[in-house]
Amino acid sequence: MLIPGVCALVAVLVPSVLIHFSIIDAYTAQILTLSGINAIMALSVNIICGVTGQLSLGQAGFMAIGAYSTIMLTSSAHLPLAVSIVLAGVITAFFGFLIGFPTLKLEGDYLAIVTLGFGEIIRVVLVNLKKWTGGPNGKQFPTILTLNPAVAYLVIIGTLALLIILVQNFVRSTYGRAVLAVREDEIAANSTGIGVFKYKMIGFVIASFVAGIGGALYAPFIGFVKPEQASFTKSIDYLIFVVFGGMGSTTGSVLAAFVLTYLQEFLRFLQNYRLLIYPVILILVMIFRPQGFLGMKEFSFVRAFDWITVKISGRNGASRGKKHTATEEHNV
Amino acid sequence: MNTGSIFLQQLINGLSLGSIYALIALGYTMVYGIVKLINFAHGDVMMMGAYAGYFTLVALGTTASGSVQVSPLSLLLAFIAAMIFCAILALLIERFAYRPLRNAPRLNSLITAIAVELILQNTMRVLPFVGPDPRQFPTMVTKSFSLGPVSISNIQLVVIVLSALLMLALNYVVTKTKTGKAMQAVSYDMQAASLMGISVNRTIAVTFVIGSILAGAGGMLYATAYPQIDPVMGYMPGLKAFIAAVLGGIGSIPGAMLGGVILGIAETLTKGFLSSQYADAISFSILIIILLVKPSGIFGKNKTVKV
Repeated sequence: MLIPGVCALVAVLVPSVLIHFSIIDAYTAQILTLSGINAIMALSVNIICGVTGQLSLGQAGFMAIGAYSTIMLTSSAHLPLAVSIVLAGVITAFFGFLIGFPTLKLEGDYLAIVTLGFGEIIRVVLVNLKKWTGGPNGKQFPTILTLNPAVAYLVIIGTLALLIILVQNFVRSTYGRAVLAVREDEIAANSTGIGVFKYKMIGFVIASFVAGIGGALYAPFIGFVKPEQASFTKSIDYLIFVVFGGMGSTTGSVLAAFVLTYLQEFLRFLQNYRLLIYPVILILVMIFRPQGFLGMKEFSFVRAFDWITVKISGRNGASRGKKHTATEEHNV
Repeated sequence: MNTGSIFLQQLINGLSLGSIYALIALGYTMVYGIVKLINFAHGDVMMMGAYAGYFTLVALGTTASGSVQVSPLSLLLAFIAAMIFCAILALLIERFAYRPLRNAPRLNSLITAIAVELILQNTMRVLPFVGPDPRQFPTMVTKSFSLGPVSISNIQLVVIVLSALLMLALNYVVTKTKTGKAMQAVSYDMQAASLMGISVNRTIAVTFVIGSILAGAGGMLYATAYPQIDPVMGYMPGLKAFIAAVLGGIGSIPGAMLGGVILGIAETLTKGFLSSQYADAISFSILIIILLVKPSGIFGKNKTVKV
């Protein structure tokens, strides 16, 4: 508990201090913070696709709901930003609950298409409700997060760390185990008394909550949001992060989000050919390593500690490592 | 113009649009029936067909500004070129993207299909002689024929008649030829079909090719009816054609034809009476409603899963 907590605090606080004093330049800070948002979205896709096993192609729609909700709550209802971010997440979770009802009764390909459909419906509705959403031009929303990169990093990476903790705790709880059982074999889970629909819904709502938070942080950070944020293209971007990192692995998804966001910037010199490279790599990954970079493995502080101890103390460490294996947490 | 004549006019417009959706939906439904894969890239095969036709017409000297008119002969050549190009494209896609994943979990094939779609779209955007900007498609001189309160243009007539002919041809191939029966066999039970001496690989490839030929023809017809083409033009019609296939019962060929026409009519009626902005949303809502009420579609069969 202590070491992971310390690591998280360091990862959140140290760079934001460095950014504040301009030791890390604003451009890198922008990339890091954008990676954070992408990581939150990748987390959301991982929850619904990796942990719950339902391929959802509409998470970007939830992100857009979160983004627009934040704007409307802050501008029209005049709530403080922090409150409206959390509230936007709750609103998105509620929409996830509503959308989940028709969607989760389906399976596999149909579910994918219906989630895609809902994402597009959200986009069309956002474009057409001009009075509230500003229509196809979107809405401007400059806030302190847009202007101050250090605060932006602190808030977004801090939220990412918090969400990772919450999600990991969820996956390792009894609820999480039930959801995993549903993913592995619905019929078997059903026969052991797990309410399949209920747990799918739990996974779906949590995923939409996380996506809503992602969108709620995206709008203040970037400073504006357009209805295209809900489109299928965006959903695919986030899905690609999770596929690369390993569907089912939180570590993989977050890592892949950071790496690929950086790669997108790095490959800018390729201009439009960049758009070609991604899908080609995706196909190669699907053919040769479909489980992604990490598969379903997670980074575990306990195993990292054991690995370090083994390295330091050589053979003596091996027996200590064995003793720890019996008590270490399961990696899922 | 009273409501009745608007209704009839939109019916005709919908029939024309729906025939195009039906052609593309046939490709979706055949591929799904045989390998249980939603070929997301199918809409973009249609786009490639439209571009193939465009370049053929340009090569033959016709331009959109109308300096040289589009003659029926050049249009026919463009059709054939589009269909051949799409057939070859389908062979390549099936061989290199889908065949390696035939035994993989469905999720992987789905993601690969999405990747193929992105590759097709972005290749067209990146190619220097294509580019992301829309282009004007050379089309025939429009003549309208009026039948009482409604009018139908020659382009719409061409679309409807040509689609009907192609669907009749497909029906003949699937029910009367050996290849068609092989396709049906493989879609029922792949292993049993291979035990009977049917080359599964070849049959699946033929299915893809036939579907893509229809998509190529659909792309040409779409470009003739709505003469502006760009690399992402296949995305929405592809999605709507998929909805049409699901509506009619995925895996069922008459279902795809009926579903396409129904969806086309629903879309034009929405544009005529409700709002053209929400037409896309209505199409997706139809999908959701159908999946809730009768997931197997109009002509589909309810499949019971045995534990």
